[in-house]
Amino acid sequence: MVTLTIDNNKVQVPAGTSIIEAAKTVGIEIPALCYDPDLEVVGACRLCVVEIEGDPRPRTACNTEVAEGMVVSTVSPNIRKIRRELLQLLLDNHPNDCLTCQQAGECYLQQYAYDYGVTFREHDGARRGQPTARFTDTSSPYILRDESKCILCGKCVRTCAVVEERSVLSFSGRGFETKIAADMDETLEGSTCVSCSRCVVACPVGALIDRRLRETRVRAFNAESTKVICKQCDYGCEYEVLDDGSETVIRPLAPAGGRPLCLTGRLRVEAEYASDLRKPYVKVETEKGRKFKVVSWPEALELTNVLDRIKDLE
Amino acid sequence: MRMTRDDIKTIADQTVELMNLRGLPGDNPDGHFKKAVIVCRGTGCTSSRSDKIQERFETLIADAGKQDEIEVVRTGCFGLCEAGPVVIVHPGGTFYSHIEVDDADKIFNEHLIGEEPVKSLIYPDALSEEAILAYSEVPFTLHQRRIALRNCGHIDPERIEEYIAHDGYRALDKVLFSMTPDEVIETVTAAGLRGLGGGGFPTGRKWMFTKQAEGATKYVVCNADEGDPGAFMDRSILEGDPHTVIEAMIIAGYAIGAHQGFIYIRAEYPIAVQRLEIAIEQAKEKGLLGDDILGSGFNFNLELRLGAGAFVCGEETALIASIEGHRGMPRNKPPFPANAGLWGKPTLINNVETYANIPVILLEGAESFRQVGTENSPGTKVFALGGKIKNIGLVEVPMGTTLRQVVYDIGGGIPNDKAFKAVQTGGPSGGCIGADKLDTPIDFDSLKAIGSMMGSGGMIVMDEDNCMVDVARFYMDFITDESCGKCTPCREGTKRMLELLEKICDGKGEKGDIAKLESLAMTAQLASLCALGQTAANPVLSTLATFRDEYEAHIEKKSCPAGVCTSLISFFITEACIGCTKCARNCPVNCISGKVKERHVIDRDACIKCGNCQEVCPVNAVIRK
Repeated sequence: MVTLTIDNNKVQVPAGTSIIEAAKTVGIEIPALCYDPDLEVVGACRLCVVEIEGDPRPRTACNTEVAEGMVVSTVSPNIRKIRRELLQLLLDNHPNDCLTCQQAGECYLQQYAYDYGVTFREHDGARRGQPTARFTDTSSPYILRDESKCILCGKCVRTCAVVEERSVLSFSGRGFETKIAADMDETLEGSTCVSCSRCVVACPVGALIDRRLRETRVRAFNAESTKVICKQCDYGCEYEVLDDGSETVIRPLAPAGGRPLCLTGRLRVEAEYASDLRKPYVKVETEKGRKFKVVSWPEALELTNVLDRIKDLE
Repeated sequence: MRMTRDDIKTIADQTVELMNLRGLPGDNPDGHFKKAVIVCRGTGCTSSRSDKIQERFETLIADAGKQDEIEVVRTGCFGLCEAGPVVIVHPGGTFYSHIEVDDADKIFNEHLIGEEPVKSLIYPDALSEEAILAYSEVPFTLHQRRIALRNCGHIDPERIEEYIAHDGYRALDKVLFSMTPDEVIETVTAAGLRGLGGGGFPTGRKWMFTKQAEGATKYVVCNADEGDPGAFMDRSILEGDPHTVIEAMIIAGYAIGAHQGFIYIRAEYPIAVQRLEIAIEQAKEKGLLGDDILGSGFNFNLELRLGAGAFVCGEETALIASIEGHRGMPRNKPPFPANAGLWGKPTLINNVETYANIPVILLEGAESFRQVGTENSPGTKVFALGGKIKNIGLVEVPMGTTLRQVVYDIGGGIPNDKAFKAVQTGGPSGGCIGADKLDTPIDFDSLKAIGSMMGSGGMIVMDEDNCMVDVARFYMDFITDESCGKCTPCREGTKRMLELLEKICDGKGEKGDIAKLESLAMTAQLASLCALGQTAANPVLSTLATFRDEYEAHIEKKSCPAGVCTSLISFFITEACIGCTKCARNCPVNCISGKVKERHVIDRDACIKCGNCQEVCPVNAVIRK
């Protein structure tokens, strides 16, 4: 075990623990946009910088391991100044759209901007993607992408790559022009995306949105939430049932413990819990490339044969 | 054919007989060749058709049946690129500059067949009333000390025999048969060699860390991803002396326990790539690469990896990602490559110039190496000297040489009697050093102390006509383009700094913009993931430190003191105008009026500030203010 001090709290954690995880054990949440303990740690957003006594350079808490006797400050004026400036840089390149954003109430950027008192401001500098919020990829019936809201934390890329045969998303371009691309910069429909929505649950902002959820206009902070387990296969991925009083909808939860999430599972949970059954779509290969096609519910759930046989029995 | 240890000496003896005129102290004018024509085939001279010049000499000599008397040698860079294409004739070291293909005939007839140097083609600084100075005697060469570039300009880089004749692979032989890996590392450590790619990390320590790292498989990597604007040090070493890097990498492999090496080189260096390919092939044929090198039992293989030219891939973790086939993005350190590098294995990464010093250190010993340079920065440093300087080219000087010596004694000072303003070292990560600090000795620590850095070795000189805000804008533009986009402060911060600098240059600067710049600069410096972002603001911070008044003039007085930022200047015709009408005829927007032999006037509202009028005016009557 290693003993260290974080914001005057004595902390004891196993060697090899990161500062961000060590801080959690004494109830200190260090802000981070690109960090997810279930994914490869990349230290890209830099929001989790902390001060370590004796080190002239701030270090990122997500990928700095604790050391015996380390004295860490997560809230020094210097650190707060850096975080405020980083948040300002992100807001300067983000549409002022929280009023109508599906992610409102669950958005990490919104939360941290609130915590640190950083606001949107007018400027005539460059902006990523569209100058105003607009979905840039509406090709998928399940996922909406908005490049203008992307903060390039790369969580979607990393979570997509966890399932090796998926690995659809990647970075493309450089510097300010960097963006997330599906395959060779195709639409989600034209790409090999399997609509599992791993990326949607990983996205800390409103750049990747669950389209079916948005179409119902149910926002999480307005709804009662129940966790359910998908019974489609042995993985048992988790879904959330949201009920805002007038409508019940479902959405996937983060795929912990090696669970993959999949479209069939999602549709199955939808069929089981959603108050209103929307049309299911599957992706098919056509002469014009990959296309989404409306199918019947039995077809979507791969139950056509079974249902036919049951019908025969009856 | 595979070589044995004895073959090194045999090949050297045989070859050196035929290299009797190479402009070195050991030259023997009574040896095999009576004359030697050395043609620079570095990138600069080759792009000015020195390949055709070489061919022309060869044809002329062959037609005259003089192949056994006159030798034509293709070599790497001489350094004085400004004078290219460069041809040197030995004995005598006659220095011909700006040679064209047709000049070969004249030199052949008058100098090679006749005995009279062609004065009209000789480099002007080499001509004095009394004598013709040899290449080695002109001021540009005289103050230099070539270690990394020792073979450039003397040997044919495409012939391994010539490298061997110049002590090549002798250090390898010595290391493999008379030194333990620890002794090799001790020697490198004792020599005090520091990473010449810019970081300045002690090379011996890096080798030791990699040797001590746990793991059966280790790698040696050469970083040849030179990317600073205007820098061509590594390129020239690889073009002029590729075997020195190969030899050093084999030695490094022996020292740290690696059997595989990679040279990561940018694909934009076609000549360097080609010469490396030839050199690796030759080394393989001779058994200097592969299994059981020189019968020592030690195995080492070497492969090239071509980069696509991203500046960030010079950062070692991005370089590793790129070799592995991933997107070239840096990752956090630690772990350092010495512990977890290529494919997670311990990896030694040194830059080209660092490797180029290794064979010399091991052959001549640490003490001898320490004779050159300073206590904390022994040895030399190669610089690509450019900008407002007379002798543009490649220079290698002992550490501790002052900036003034490089700029004035070697560089020949500023052209057109302009005043020196600043010298930029370290490329986009470095800083601008003003005239008050010209006597700073060049070494890692002194440059860092004055807010610049050694960097890989770009050195750009600026004169009174350079606007320092514009210079900062230029470098920030480069960095904004080359940021990999991974971390927030670099991706977003550099863009905002660039926008502020553009705004200031455009005459729209506001009070508070300097403070904004400084704040963004601090955030980039403190919070960026890799050295690219951490040093991205150096050009801004260093120009602000020395030339703050220029920023203020742009913002407060809306004027550009150097007369560069077009939004802030206007063109004006003075009384010196003789009414020749040349300006009016050359104006693309017809905004100059005036009668013949009368003073002309520029309509400033219509003027697009292209500067044509100033360029064409025969009496310097057009000024910008």
